[in-house]
Order: sequence, then structure tokens, then C-alpha cells
Amino acid sequence: MTQQTEPAAPAQAAPPATATAPAPVVEMRGISIGFPGVKALDGVDFRMFPGEVHSLMGENGAGKSTLIKALTGVYGIDAGTITLAGEQVSFSGPAQAQAAGISTVYQEVNLLPNLSVAENIMLGREPHRFGGIDWRAMRRRSAELLAGLGLDVDPGSLLGDHSLAVQQLIAIARAIDVNAKVLILDEPTSSLDADEVAELFRVIRSLKGQGVAILFVSHFLDQVYEICDRLTVLRNGQLVGEYLVDELLRIDLVQKMIGKELTALDDLEHRAHAAVVDETDAATFVTATKLGRRGAINPADLPIAVGEVVGLAGLLGSGRTEFARLLGGIDRADTGELTIQGENVKLRTPRQAISKRIAFSSENRRDEGIVGELTVRDNIVLALQADRGWARPIPKKKQDELAQSYIQALNIRPGNPDALVRNLSGGNQQKVLLARWLAIAPRLLILDEPTRGIDIGAKAEIQKLVFNLAENGMSVLFISAELEEVLRLSHRVVVLRDRNVVADLENDGLTVDSLLALIADGRVASDDEALDERAPAVAVAAVGSGAGPEASAPTTPTTSTTEGDHS
Amino acid sequence: MTKLLEAPTTNRQPRQRRGTGAGGAAPSGTGRRSPLAAALGLLTSPKYGPVTVTGLLFVAIFVIGGFRYRGFFSGQVFLNLFVDNAYLIVLAVGMTFVILTGGIDLSVGAVVALSGMIAASLLQTGWSPGVVIPLILVLTSILGLLVGLMIHVFKVQPFIATLAAMFLARGLCYVISQSSISITDPTFIQLAVSRIPLGAGLSITPSVIIALVVVGIAVWVLHGTRFGRTVYAIGGGEQSGTLMGLPVARTKVLVYVISGFCSGLAGVLFTFYTLSGYPLTAIGTELDAIAAVVIGGTLLTGGYGFVLGSVLGVLVLGVIQTIITFEGTLSSWWTKIFIGALLLVFIILQKVLTARRR
Repeated sequence: MTQQTEPAAPAQAAPPATATAPAPVVEMRGISIGFPGVKALDGVDFRMFPGEVHSLMGENGAGKSTLIKALTGVYGIDAGTITLAGEQVSFSGPAQAQAAGISTVYQEVNLLPNLSVAENIMLGREPHRFGGIDWRAMRRRSAELLAGLGLDVDPGSLLGDHSLAVQQLIAIARAIDVNAKVLILDEPTSSLDADEVAELFRVIRSLKGQGVAILFVSHFLDQVYEICDRLTVLRNGQLVGEYLVDELLRIDLVQKMIGKELTALDDLEHRAHAAVVDETDAATFVTATKLGRRGAINPADLPIAVGEVVGLAGLLGSGRTEFARLLGGIDRADTGELTIQGENVKLRTPRQAISKRIAFSSENRRDEGIVGELTVRDNIVLALQADRGWARPIPKKKQDELAQSYIQALNIRPGNPDALVRNLSGGNQQKVLLARWLAIAPRLLILDEPTRGIDIGAKAEIQKLVFNLAENGMSVLFISAELEEVLRLSHRVVVLRDRNVVADLENDGLTVDSLLALIADGRVASDDEALDERAPAVAVAAVGSGAGPEASAPTTPTTSTTEGDHS
Repeated sequence: MTKLLEAPTTNRQPRQRRGTGAGGAAPSGTGRRSPLAAALGLLTSPKYGPVTVTGLLFVAIFVIGGFRYRGFFSGQVFLNLFVDNAYLIVLAVGMTFVILTGGIDLSVGAVVALSGMIAASLLQTGWSPGVVIPLILVLTSILGLLVGLMIHVFKVQPFIATLAAMFLARGLCYVISQSSISITDPTFIQLAVSRIPLGAGLSITPSVIIALVVVGIAVWVLHGTRFGRTVYAIGGGEQSGTLMGLPVARTKVLVYVISGFCSGLAGVLFTFYTLSGYPLTAIGTELDAIAAVVIGGTLLTGGYGFVLGSVLGVLVLGVIQTIITFEGTLSSWWTKIFIGALLLVFIILQKVLTARRR
């Protein structure tokens, strides 16, 4: 196989670059870890230098998370050695690793929502006084740390009362406080907005200046290239190589990560735009009329045609997920009507939606998607079995056929139907979920963030799948935070903002910038352009981009200016 | 082709002005709030909401009782709530530790009976109370340790593990004796009948002092030590606690030791109250303790709650009982019906309050 030959070459090419660097603070050699049915890491070497930001790159399932957990003592290693600052170490748990100077901020915020912010920062090494916790010192120290991060948060408030982004920064405040030699940031930016990312990078640079070795894991290539000095690429649990960021072109990096030429995506784009959807009402599969739910989404209209891919764009909390949940029967709508193929229906439960052949795949893969303790096969047949009713079990042979065919069709790895789903990587778990819903042959497939946190290769496969499904007459409601992805796949894009549908646009000449303007301002920049329907959406971007809600005020009628003078 | 919808444009003006008001403050910068908003925030907080409601409820019941019955509104009636329920307070304290971690301990009622039986039989054979009481506390702590290890090492559900311990303890009661053993030890009798005067004709028993000391220590442990915060951490997210480097495993075992210790102590206090050991006593007491903890505002899923809330829960149970006694015509079993109804209301209330916040 070509795979075997490639890894060796770059690995040897790396050493010259490090000739001038100081001794590595972390050195892992020949690390191997196996899980039942999966070889997660196979003889991987990895090292980090003080005062450098290092990135670990690879597809989902490449072994990034496993390598991090091996370093932090969460997993024991089957073979290999770990050296920290010249001494061989073997951690039996994260507490030991932390004490040795390795702290981690995980992808999912691993803090305690029921405790105060101060406790979440300090617990485990809290200051003591008279045999008990010194609460005053604890509050003061955490207030200092938060101030250092430029965060205006009351240390006494409950963590659960804060947004996910703030919780993430609090997790980083916690990690910084350990006086870490090595700071591991596993997907720290996935829930942060641009300002918060800039803030985080400021902190990373200052820590780097203090000689901390930082491992920055992210799926955002731009961020990796902005902040990192060095990167290590893994693929399928094996080392591909270690490179200096300045010396590696992005296109080369992507190729090393997925190990194949990535032409599928471009190809897809052309076809998506070429596809013409029948716009007559007769072909409409589902129509939402003034559908809404108090506190979640204001009444909105949404028709979806047969074979149409409708993208929902909007920020987190804009109502995109909430709207999709109404269509999927997960939450009950309290206003409006839903028509499926001309028939007025009320969806009260997901089960009713499924019986109407509407499948909803949640963004919360771990809690509302996979059943980690079950096998790939069991997960795939779950929805179909539920739809048939438990009195009519699917024969074992049929289950095997189903599982086997979806494993092949979606390229699920490992291709073992008996593997436990919790041992699969995020991308493969997502494919198992897709298989589960495809098994019930849905007419409308609602995908909420199906590509979040998964690598570019699996992403491309899922996108291609969505496209093919739509070509075969399935309607798809596609939600993604990545606007490029929404644009690439959708025939129509619906933009949400502050729980309102603000625009419903044909994907014809739309650009990311024009969508951003709509999301930021809730409208196309001036009223004149809205009247002129043929005005290209691109023109909007120039006015809207970079301007926040406040900045757009002058374009509104004069009444608003007088109001402004009042206050 | 671009079609814009009308609705959002109308909504936009007020929204935008509110936006400028907030002035891009950090998401958490709530600043000063009106008293009404503050009260609402308190009530819907998963941390303080339920316990606040319990406090208000206790005051309301006590005031209503005071208006309805002559002689209800006295200090001694209030103090008797502690006198009659000292053992239940101690049980509820232990149970609070367990429930805060998301567990449950069904064995406490049977352990109360068992420690009463051990005390009565050993005292009958002439052992000194100074040996018997520490011995009971050690034995029940060991039982708690075994339960904790069973739960932690073999990953047995707390419900099952403590159910097994319940049957074991209840069975051991019958092994010791099939019938009631009365206690004639002078020290126990002394502790049973003595009253500590508080002036103005008010008095309490030594059991109350012991119970309050236990409560005081529990409050300090839960809020002032790493062990206590780890108890909360386990209820909030066991895995997160482990990743934060907290001693999760040790703490999970220790809460059952504490519950075992408290059950033993409660058993001793109960014998002060009854002056006998009987294999059938305290049946269903574990459920009273759980009810008190839940009414006191501790979430059954763990993570939120206070020891003082549980004490308040015991007082609410006590005051209902007192009202039924004062009413005179009602059977004492009505207590159970009221407690049941109250529990239901509280569980629903907790759901509603915490759901509204999300």
C-alpha cells in the first residue's frame, strides 16, 4: 500500500530543522495503544519544545485525542516511553500529569456547572487556611487570573450560568494557574467567536514567551497557521511526520492529513450549483407556516421542496437548531402549522416525525445521537427497529446486511459491525448516525451540524453523501456554523438571527460575505437594494461586513436618529 | 434572487437600542438588578431556589399552625421538633452527602435498628456504654465502607448495593434477637430523661446537642474542605471531577462511610429516645430521610443542595406531624399522605424551576 511507504520519508526530514532548538520538554517514543477492535496508535513518536506552539494535525480517527490522553495519563500506553524534561515518566491519571506540569483544556468543557467560577479554576489546588479552604484567597486569586484573561466574570457566580465560550476561557484560566510546563488545548476555539479567539491567542503568545510548551489542536487551518510554530501530522494511528509550519504549504498539509488528493470537494461545488430544482409548489415536501415556539424561535415560514437542500445559517442561539427541532418533532411547536405533502400534521414526538419519514440528527452527537455502549450494528438498526415497533424484531441476518452495506457505503472505519461505537472517532460516529437515519429511508433528513469537530476527509464524504441523497429526491435541511459548507451544499439558504428568519435566499451568486452581513445586521444593507431583487447579494457585503449592529444605525430612517439624541 | 422577509425589520429598533444599552459588556456582566429580578433569580436558581421555597414553606406552616391551634406558637413546640427528630436530622445529614454525589442509601433505616439491637444486647450482658457506643459507630462505618467499595470497585448501582446492605442489617437484627430488648443501663436512662434547660421554661435533650454538632461539622466539611467540594463535584460531573484531578474515587467511597457512621449515631440517639432495641423499628425511616433531603432542596441527581436545607426538610416533616397531633381527630398516618404530596410538589417544583432557567 502507498500508505506504508509515505510516513517514513518526512519523519526523517524533520531533524535538521530542530538542530538549533533546545532539548524537547516532552518526548514520546514508539507509543502504541489499542482498544477492542481498534488500533488507536501504532508506534508514534512525538515531541514538544519549550516556548513553542505545536499543533497536532490529522483526520478524525488519526489518533490525536488518544495521543493527548496518553500524554496526560488518561489512557495507559501498551508500548513506548514518555519523557518529560529529561525524565522518563508514567502517569496513572490526569492528577499526576497535572502535578508534573502538564495541564489540559479539553474539547468539551470539562468543568462543573454546579460550582462557582472560582472553584472551577482553583479546585484541586485550592488555598487552605486553618485546615479548611480559604475562600477569600481563592476568590482573589481567581479574580486575578480572570482579569489576566481580560474576562469580566464574578468568581462567585455559578459556572453553569455562563455561556460556553466564557466557560472555555475559564477552563483555560484553570490550566494557566497550574504554572504548567506543557499546556494542551484540545479544540479550544470551536465555540469561540473571532474576538475571543484573538483574546486566546494573545494569552497563548504571552505563555509562549514564558517558555511554556503549548499543544494547540484545531480543525481550523487558518488558526493553526496563525499561532503555531511546528506541527505533527498523524494518520490512521501512525506518524506521518513533524514539520515547521513556515516550511509546509497548506495544500501539502491537507494532503498529508488525508493521504489522497482532495478534488472531490471542488467537483461537488460545480455540480451543486448546476443542479436545478423544480420550483413548483407541487413538489414541495414539507411547508412550515408561522411555525414557532415561545422562547426558542419566533413564528417563521419554511417550505422545503422534494430533493432540495436547504441550508440554515445563523449564529449559535439564533434559533437554527430550535427551528430544526420543531420540524423533527423533538420540541412541540406552540404556534403555526406544518404541512407534509399537503396534509396538515402536528408533530408531538420524534416518533410521529419518523412515521412521516422525517429524520432528525442532533448536533449533540454524544448525548442525543450515538449509544456508545452498543455496537456499530446496533446503532445503525436502532431507528429502523424503533419504527417497526419492538414486537417485530429485525432478523439478525437482515441486521448484518444493513450494517455491512452502510459500513461500506459510508466508509465507516473500523469496518467491524461489532466494534463499540464509543471507541470510534467523531467522524465515524457521525457516519454511524447518518446510517441509522438513512436506514429508515427518510423523505426529509435534518442534519444539525453533522460535520462539527470532524476532519476534512470525513467532512467531504458527508457533504458528498448529502449531495447524492438530494439528487435522488431526498429533502435535506442542513445546519452548519461553517458558511462555506452551507453555501457549497444548499440550493437555498435561510438566514436566522435572534430567533427570527431574516432572509430566505436562492443560492445563486451568494457569498460568505453576503451571508455574514445578513447574520450580523439581519438585513441587506439598504432598503433600496431589497426592492431591487436582482441586485447581486455580493454588493451587500461591502457595506455590511465589519459593521456591527450599532454601526448600521445611520442607514435606518431618520426617526432612529432622533431617538438616539433622546437617550 | 433575493427575497427578504418583513417581520424582523419591525422588531429591529427596540432590539438594537437594548443592544447599545448593554454596551458590549461581557456575557456575564449582569450588574445590579431590581429586587424583583433578584428574587426571581434566587427562586429559579438550581442552587438556592428549592431551599428558599422550603424555608418559606416551613415559616408558612408554622404561622398557620399558630393561628389555628392554641399553644402551638410556643418556643417549646419549636424545640420539640428537634427533640423528636434528632435522630432523623443525623440520618438526613449522612443522606445529604450520598445524594449530593448522585447516589442513594437505602440501608440507613435497617442500620438504625441494627445499632439499637447491638446496643441493647451488649448493654444487657453488662458492657459499658463507653465501649458499646464507639463500637457501634465503628461497625456501622465499616458497613458503609463495604457498601462504598462495592459501589466503586464493582460498579454496582448504589440502589442495589444499599438494598443488599439493608437486608443484611435487618436480618442481623433478628439474629441478635427476635423480640424487643429493653435497656436498663443507668447512663442511657440518664441521657434519655435528662433535659438541658435553656431558660424561660424551655429545654432540649442531649440528643439535640449531638445532632446540631453533627450538622455543624457537616456544614464545615461540605463547604470548607476539598473533600466536601469533591462531593459536589461528583454530583456535577464525575468525569470532569476526575479530569480536574479531584480524589473522586476516595470521596465516592467515603460518603457511604459517612452515611454508615451517621446511621449508627442515629441508631444510638434513637435508643436514647426509645430505651429499647427492637428488630422491627425504623422500617421505612430511610425513606423519611430521603424525603427530608429532597424537600430540603437537594437534587436527587446530585450536585445541588445544602445540609441546612435537609435540616429544614426534617423540620417541615416534624411540623406537619405536630399539626396533625394538634388537630387531634386525624390519624397519624395522614402525616405520610401529606409528606407524599409535599414530595411530589417539590420534585415537580425543582423540575419547573431548573427548566425555566435553561
